[in-house]
Amino acid sequence: MIDLSHISRFFQVGGETVHALDDVSIRIGAGEYSAVMGPSGSGKSTLLNILGLLDRPTSGTYLLDGTDTTSLDANALARVRGERVGFIFQTFHLVSRLTALENVELPMVLASRAPAERRARAKELLQRVGLADRVQHRPDQLSGGQRQRVAIARAMIMRPAVLLADEPTGNLDSASGKDVLDALERLNTEGLTLIVVTHDQLVGDRAPRRIRMLDGKVLDDVRR
Amino acid sequence: MRTNDLFAFATQSLLRARMRSSMMLLAMAIGVAAVVMLTALGEGARRYVTAEFSSLGTNLIIVLPGKTETGGLNPALLGGDIPRDLTIADAAALLRIPTVAQAAPIIVGNATISSGSRERDTLLMGATHSLFEVRNWGVKQGEILPNIAWEQTGSFCVIGGNIARELFPQQSAVGQWLRVGDRRFRIVGVMNSEGRSVGFDVQELVVVPVATAQAIYNRTSLFRILVKARSAQDIQRTRTDIVEALKARHQGVEDVTVITQDALLSTFSDLFTKLTLALAAIAAISLLVAGVLVMNVMLVAVSQRTAEIGLLKALGARPAQITRLFLMEAVLLAFLGSLIGLGIGELVTWAARQVLPFEAVAPLWAVIFGIVVAIACGLIFGILPARRAARLDPVLALAGKL
Repeated sequence: MIDLSHISRFFQVGGETVHALDDVSIRIGAGEYSAVMGPSGSGKSTLLNILGLLDRPTSGTYLLDGTDTTSLDANALARVRGERVGFIFQTFHLVSRLTALENVELPMVLASRAPAERRARAKELLQRVGLADRVQHRPDQLSGGQRQRVAIARAMIMRPAVLLADEPTGNLDSASGKDVLDALERLNTEGLTLIVVTHDQLVGDRAPRRIRMLDGKVLDDVRR
Repeated sequence: MRTNDLFAFATQSLLRARMRSSMMLLAMAIGVAAVVMLTALGEGARRYVTAEFSSLGTNLIIVLPGKTETGGLNPALLGGDIPRDLTIADAAALLRIPTVAQAAPIIVGNATISSGSRERDTLLMGATHSLFEVRNWGVKQGEILPNIAWEQTGSFCVIGGNIARELFPQQSAVGQWLRVGDRRFRIVGVMNSEGRSVGFDVQELVVVPVATAQAIYNRTSLFRILVKARSAQDIQRTRTDIVEALKARHQGVEDVTVITQDALLSTFSDLFTKLTLALAAIAAISLLVAGVLVMNVMLVAVSQRTAEIGLLKALGARPAQITRLFLMEAVLLAFLGSLIGLGIGELVTWAARQVLPFEAVAPLWAVIFGIVVAIACGLIFGILPARRAARLDPVLALAGKL
């Protein structure tokens, strides 16, 4: 489903060229659960940004569901991003002035879906992540774990093909971190492709496939 | 994104940043209020002047000695030189024109008047019984000038209320004697306060028979002749007839200027409309300043909300959508601000109407102009921040590295 071939991403920092990704080729099948691991600066975040179509590779091709994304324009990329990719961020990135429900609805609002449809779906998703009684709460009235579960509900509302989680437990204590991972893994068992980027060994060890990165290259790619 | 959602999203983010929003609302409100207030002032002045000229009397035509080639307002009206005489006989001749209802020859000069030990300088007008009809002047005590032949002199006068009060403070002025130069006049009437006039205050006026005034000033030429046409439809025809009649009497030389009240009115009305336009333009500058403020505050808002913009992009927002979100905020602010400004402006002009002698009302075009310019400013000055937001790199925006 995801097919990266010979992806490179260079940045110009000062006069120097930094190889954030250097000739990376990875294939990830539908429904797979992978952890991308590595120290900071290893290129794992850049990889995630490219997978999420937030960033474009300097060279190489990226096929998502058989579509070559490198030839898409900004509007088409935004559309694919909205419909096919769900994001989970370390810092949650909830809109603080909106309620949990409104935050979850947001992708559907941007996609011009009908209010009744998106409200029903957002409520259903909040219920599935165990926040049925927090629908009208604002992010600052929720705990870290609850916020991340709101973010998961938001990531799922457009029924994406792949969920990209960037250090999803990085800002959480171990108990709520486990809740969040449980919720993500439950979605994976329902058929969702899940990619978790982390430098936390314990988090990475939960995934059946582990891609370790160093200096912009894939160090090893192990399936359990 | 649906329009409703766009609206709701913009409203929520404006409500969130109350301080910022209220500053921009205030700036816009002041701009629109300035437009409303200044144009109301201009419009009020126009109405006041128009009303003043209307009070000259209805269906009024003014005949001045001397000919000027330009149309509109004649400088002779404001006190120019008098090249050729108009006489009482000329005025009498105008009565033979069928559409002329009434004519009133006038002489105006300065005079020192006295009664006993009290003395003052004032304006002396030589006029006729018919003047009071032409100008709708009335008396509060006594009678108006008696209807004597125009060529006949008489030792009686009608005086303004102020003069009556100053010279005869403790008693009724009617029946008293008034000294003008070396002549004595019996006061037959005191003018009422209704009589308003452009150029002089009837309360400060002494009116004597026109032939007597000719004798006092030792001249036969008239200051002007006021003519009242029978109806508004007759005015243009009467005007032509007057010119022809006087030309015939003056050896075929067209040496008078005939002004209709309409021409006077439209001249002043035009003048004040232009003044109002100029005031509106000046007020619009404050809207422009408000627009620049909106731009700056929106730019700050964009840089404070980079993470949110990055998120929206990650959630599938197209660049055009981000642009629209921020433009919506700017336009919403401009619109709300202009409504508030309209309220303030109307309130202030209402208050002004209670104290000013004229009806200060902002014309509808100015109200619409103010709101439209405010929204246009919001749009134009909102574009730069909105586009900046739309162009943000999502990766850097999400990471808070901008």
